Amino acid sequence: MSKVFAFHGGIHPPENKKQSTRAPISKAPVPDKLVLPMQQHIGGPSLPLVKVGDTVLKGQMIAEPISRISASIHAPTSGKVVDIAEYPIPHASGLSAECIVIEADGEDRWIEHQGLGDYKQLKRTDLIEHIRASGIAGMGGAGFPTDVKLHLSEDHIVNTLIINAAECEPYITADDMLMRERAHEVLGGIEIIAHILRPSHVLIGIEDNKPNAIHALEAVLKHTDLNIDIVVVPTKYPSGGERQLIKLLTDIEVPSGRIPADIGIVCQNVGTTAAIYRAVHFGEPLISRIVTVTGDAVRHPKNLEALIGTPFSTLLEACDVRPEALSKLVMGGPMMGVTVENDQIPLIKTTNCLIAATEHEMPAAPPTQACIRCGMCEQACPAELLPQQLYWFAKGREFEKAKHHNLFDCIECGACAYVCPSSIPLVQYYRFAKSEIRTEERDQQKADHARQRFEARQARLEQEAAEKEARRKARAAEAAKAQSQKTAVQSSEAAAPETAAPDAKQLKTAAAVARTKLKKAQKAYDEAAALNADNLAELEAALNEARSKADEAEKALASSASSGSEGGDDQSKQLKIAAAVARTKLKKAQDALKNAEDKGLDGVDKLRATVATLEQKANEAQQAYEKAEASGTDKAPVEVDIKALKQQVSIMRTKLKKAESAIDNCEDEADKTRLGQEVEELKKRFEQATAQFDKAEQVLVERAAQAGIDLKQLRIDAAMARAAVTKGERSLSKAESDEERSQIEQDLVAARSKAEALNQTLSQYE
Amino acid sequence: MSTVLTAIIVLFLLAAVFGIVLGYASVRFKVEGNPIVDQIDAILPQTQCGQCGYPGCRPYAEAIAGGDAINKCPPGGQSTIDALADLLDVEAVPLDAEHGEEKPRSVAYIREDECIGCTKCIQACPVDAILGAAKQMHTVITSECTGCDLCVEPCPVDCIDMIPIETTPNTWKWPEPPSPMQLIATDRGRGLSASEAH
Amino acid sequence: MALIRLSSPHVYKANSTANVMRLVLIATLPGILAMTFFFGWGTLIQIALAGSLALAFEAAILKLRKRPVGFFLSDGSALVTAILLAVALPPFSSWWVTATGIFFAIVIAKHLYGGLGNNPFNPAMIAYALLLVSFPVEMTRWTSPMTQNGGGWQIASFADTLQAIFGSVEASWYDSFTGATPLDALRHRGALTTEELWRSSDVLLNGVGAWYAVSAAWFMGGIFLLSRKIFTWHTPLSMLIALFLTASAFYGFDPDNYISPMVHLGVGATMLGAFFIATDPVTSATSNRGKIVFGALLGILIYIIRTWGSYPDAVAFGVLLMNLCAPFIDQYTQPRTYGHSSANRGMKGKN
Repeated sequence: MSKVFAFHGGIHPPENKKQSTRAPISKAPVPDKLVLPMQQHIGGPSLPLVKVGDTVLKGQMIAEPISRISASIHAPTSGKVVDIAEYPIPHASGLSAECIVIEADGEDRWIEHQGLGDYKQLKRTDLIEHIRASGIAGMGGAGFPTDVKLHLSEDHIVNTLIINAAECEPYITADDMLMRERAHEVLGGIEIIAHILRPSHVLIGIEDNKPNAIHALEAVLKHTDLNIDIVVVPTKYPSGGERQLIKLLTDIEVPSGRIPADIGIVCQNVGTTAAIYRAVHFGEPLISRIVTVTGDAVRHPKNLEALIGTPFSTLLEACDVRPEALSKLVMGGPMMGVTVENDQIPLIKTTNCLIAATEHEMPAAPPTQACIRCGMCEQACPAELLPQQLYWFAKGREFEKAKHHNLFDCIECGACAYVCPSSIPLVQYYRFAKSEIRTEERDQQKADHARQRFEARQARLEQEAAEKEARRKARAAEAAKAQSQKTAVQSSEAAAPETAAPDAKQLKTAAAVARTKLKKAQKAYDEAAALNADNLAELEAALNEARSKADEAEKALASSASSGSEGGDDQSKQLKIAAAVARTKLKKAQDALKNAEDKGLDGVDKLRATVATLEQKANEAQQAYEKAEASGTDKAPVEVDIKALKQQVSIMRTKLKKAESAIDNCEDEADKTRLGQEVEELKKRFEQATAQFDKAEQVLVERAAQAGIDLKQLRIDAAMARAAVTKGERSLSKAESDEERSQIEQDLVAARSKAEALNQTLSQYE
Repeated sequence: MSTVLTAIIVLFLLAAVFGIVLGYASVRFKVEGNPIVDQIDAILPQTQCGQCGYPGCRPYAEAIAGGDAINKCPPGGQSTIDALADLLDVEAVPLDAEHGEEKPRSVAYIREDECIGCTKCIQACPVDAILGAAKQMHTVITSECTGCDLCVEPCPVDCIDMIPIETTPNTWKWPEPPSPMQLIATDRGRGLSASEAH
Repeated sequence: MALIRLSSPHVYKANSTANVMRLVLIATLPGILAMTFFFGWGTLIQIALAGSLALAFEAAILKLRKRPVGFFLSDGSALVTAILLAVALPPFSSWWVTATGIFFAIVIAKHLYGGLGNNPFNPAMIAYALLLVSFPVEMTRWTSPMTQNGGGWQIASFADTLQAIFGSVEASWYDSFTGATPLDALRHRGALTTEELWRSSDVLLNGVGAWYAVSAAWFMGGIFLLSRKIFTWHTPLSMLIALFLTASAFYGFDPDNYISPMVHLGVGATMLGAFFIATDPVTSATSNRGKIVFGALLGILIYIIRTWGSYPDAVAFGVLLMNLCAPFIDQYTQPRTYGHSSANRGMKGKN
């Protein structure tokens, strides 16, 4: 005999079980019409397999599961499908949902079916599949699809199988009677489950108010070689709660938000075990169940074996109801059951009890009084919550705090409301708070989803606009190019770079946008991959698209950039050279003149004349060049000018200095004035040259900045790269071993290419 | 005199110390970005309907952060206003009727026989929830529809209806228990509510 | 057959707030009888006066708040408040003292905060504290217990007591019936050691037995409530143990200057406070652990106030101070919920 532990709280409501255990289980009559809701279980609703007008046989599958957690539904009797529409279902909301309505033909003809024979020879997965095909869902009240629980041994180690026979709610005796009369079916079911889950031991938890059931079970257990213990627990509500029973039998608590299988325990209701037995040994799907029909408003309370889909009115009539006395019709027990307002609502797989209560039996709750925080609810709470605090939070709509006080660990057993001296409908407050929180979360999810979609759309629209713009620009550029080429042929002047430059900028922006998008897409994809999201494929496609777009943009940019740099025109080049030649000549002449002047030699005048001529020539060449360039790109003249200007500036500076020192050295007064004049002139020219240089330099820097390149930095980088090349060359000559050399050579190649690249870029801007 | 001086020095020192502390804190605990906009945006219902007068929820969130009124969001309704009031610590005001009234959540539905395939609604949909192509029938992906009704206006044949989302047993919410006062007024009985009980 | 939909559960324990209050009223009987026996008619007259005034005020304020008068009046909470205040008042205090106290307790301390269940402070204690600081002289008109007034059952006659409460009597009349409470005597002892004081004080020498008897009566009432599960053992037990241990520590350390722990348990409102005031669920901590903390801190507070405070009436002030702490205690003493490895502490979310 296993030890019995305890759980916190609990209550002892009047049992009211005796009334319905006096008579044996009897068969309920088959009604004319059976209404089968598509959702009788937790999970996704089933999908009808039949059409209106179809003839179905007893046990024929009429709806199949649509998802992993779902269950199939079978025709409880033979007949015709007369309707598939919304009918009121047994649910606290009183709402309607999709149902299949079968008109019984009265023949009750079975579809061909047979048991699996020696199920131990079958593969476990096949066995589980058979149970799934039999539409079995937990019959204790929650209705969790049984096959899902049986699959648990695949990824969990199941040590303990607990059979829940506690049936702690008042009035209900369906499991009690089942065990009394069909203990062998229960045992057979346990053996099948044990075969699938392979637990090390099996515990049957049963309350001590069912001595007959305990005897019956003990009797059949003698014939099994399984390690099964019957654990008799004291009668206390809610010992039949899954988590409470686990605590009672094993002293282990199921961690909040987890399932019992996480701690190696699987719980099954006795009704479910019997259903599994019938499904495996006889091939009968779940089409009927035992239901307790009790309450003071029926004259003969008893347990009925009724077909799923039987309207409550048929069941009540079978127990001789007194309609005038009936004031409340409760489906389930008095603690957790739901009231229904319509006796045409059908019996479903989870309906274990139907209480037809009189006004006297279940009077309306006394009016609610103020909570005096007496703490009785806390003493009764089996989940060790603070019900009165939860009540305050729910009432004040402080759902965050309610959650923090573990509202979602509440099992809605009703113990708190039962003991509340102020008759506060505590459970309804918790249900209200829970559904509010759930709705809020759902809305939040939906809002987040909408936001995502909205942002994605915005991004897409932007991208489309950018692409459109880029295309437009490209077209315009092409047209302008053609136009300018035409003009160039006629006037032998270049116009291409002008259009190329702004176009490159456009393309650059497009490329940057594409890159950002690519990055974003990559990030989204990574995140999604990390989360293992469903839309991975979608995202991947988006990513690839973005990538290709980015590549395209880059390519376009690169080609335009190269064409831009090559855009210089031969004509202007020639002119440039001519100007340079002229300048060199001039410079030479100037040098000579200066020399002569410095030394005070003869022939100064002659030299001066030469210089003047040359100067004129140089100026002319320069002017011609500048003229050519002015109509061409503004980049080209700068390119040439900047170096020349720099040189000129330095020359001027030297000249100026020399002239100044000459003045200082000169003794002749007349010479001094002459030299002074000269110095003044030189100064002016120097200033002019400097100004020109600065202007040119500024233009350069600006252009480089527009291209996103710091000219200064570029220069430094280029210089460093060059230095690196030199250094590499030097170390190469010093290197001794081949290995070292090859390494250095490799480095050197890299450095050279880098330096080259940098120089190229630099030259492009200078 | 020296007392005064001491006092002044002490005050200066204190000012300096606290200044350093505050300066350090402002650097060390600097809040990146403008999270208030994100927080406001998170509260808004993201229908992107533009009823507030801004082109989407985010711009409205930015406007609220900039001091705009919080009661311009009809889809969010009073609960959104309350949440915003709570976040921004301002008074919750009733919804500004100028921007519309709070309606039950709905989804767009295209009467497909009448659709001429003009794609106007597709362009209007802020969340890309309408599927279709030119000259092809369009349909609404109901799970993506935010119920903003921006697609209703552009439809040249008026074939789009806004259908309120129906409560199913799965989305049904337990109502709040009536307050004790009402209970006594309606004389006993712990009905879910007077209207629903029948 | 009109079926309706309701939330479960559909059955209820026959238990109501009125029932709880009725049991509390029954539990006060031994204490009331003992007080009447030892201190005369004053207690009964005060209870009758306070009770009727409390009901009247409650009815009036419910009317003003537009609440169903009969429904809320029948919960009996006003009567409990009235009795707790009445037994705490000196039996000879004037009617207007009682009236002021009841008005304050019912109207201000209870209903202005939202009525039963919403008051942060124990109404009876807040009224008592108010009277104590407002009318110090009236509040010291304690009757000497009968044991002090010579042999036999000798207390002021019913008529005289009525006269004392509703009319005026000469000061000399009081002298034969009133005196200090043991706590007063112990508080204002000058330079005497406890031992010397004990021998020199009439109330300590002869009267303290009556106080012990009254405490025992309250204790009996408390045990009755405990047995009926009106409250749990946590608050009273932890309070008494904390008071006892603190007192023992000081007494053991210096018996000349500190009072024995048994006296602390036996005199004053210790037992009344432990079982009837500290256990007021509305204003005390909620969880079992919280109740233990609440009781223990209250016990220590009572000792501190009695030993070093200006007023010897420590229970009232101690309870009020602890009322103030109750929400805070609640935040940090949430029970560990099933399936959680540890309890949530503090308050998450806003505020």
